[in-house]
Amino acid sequence: MRWILVAIIVAATSAGEVLQAAGMKRHGEIDDFRPGALGRVAFAISKNRLIILSVLMMAISFFAFMALVSVADLSFSVPATAASYVLETLLAKFVLKENVGMRRWAGALLVCSGVAMLSL
Amino acid sequence: MPAIREAESNPQQQHQAAGDSPKAAPQVLLKTRVMTLIVVLTQVFGDYFLSRGLRQVGSLVGQPPVAYILAFLNPWVALGVTLLILWLFFHMVLLSWADLSYVLPVTSIGYVLVALTGRFFLDETVSWMRWSGVAMIVGGVILVGRTPPSSQPGAEVRS
Repeated sequence: MRWILVAIIVAATSAGEVLQAAGMKRHGEIDDFRPGALGRVAFAISKNRLIILSVLMMAISFFAFMALVSVADLSFSVPATAASYVLETLLAKFVLKENVGMRRWAGALLVCSGVAMLSL
Repeated sequence: MPAIREAESNPQQQHQAAGDSPKAAPQVLLKTRVMTLIVVLTQVFGDYFLSRGLRQVGSLVGQPPVAYILAFLNPWVALGVTLLILWLFFHMVLLSWADLSYVLPVTSIGYVLVALTGRFFLDETVSWMRWSGVAMIVGGVILVGRTPPSSQPGAEVRS
């Protein structure tokens, strides 16, 4: 049961964050942090299809995470989802066409292994 | 001949290596770091309050959806969820100017924060294996943190 939840969380988080990044790139840079401007941003992105889909994915991942945390320790739950780092970096390179250089690959792998080691 | 000269002066080429060259305007770096900190803090405290509340609520696995909704009535769960909604919003703001392959590793410094608070505020023992994990995450964050946040040229020029 635990590992099924972990698989759901990794898949939904990766899909959700890639969609979120794509949606925000389409929206454009947010530079104005006054409350009114942030309100307009919230309104604009609530109509962005990529963002709506991403929030749906994040909601699936969130409820699966809630279920996991209710049966397992946080020290198992958080590190078990480390696989999403490598998966998302791959998706960032090939789906979002980001410029993933050596440093970013090395960084993502270090973080992924580091998070996994936290669970040992 | 002119074609070769054109290719040499093509500004696109300067961005080819953006993922590896440490060049970004100082104000971009500052706002990125401040927003990263906000994103990390809302996530760390959101997860902490959520986990604390759910421990009071009990197992949700196999429960009907109503049980999930009722769990929100627990004040710790409600506080955690509120912080995580703020996290979602600030995470989107950060992604509006920074790459996912930058945001993802850099925000993982939150794990280090969790390990350190466990050690120094909750008196948990942190094994040498966990300390090595912490060191690896810090190394990864430093590596990625030194790349420019955005590999898209327009995003840096505009601000």
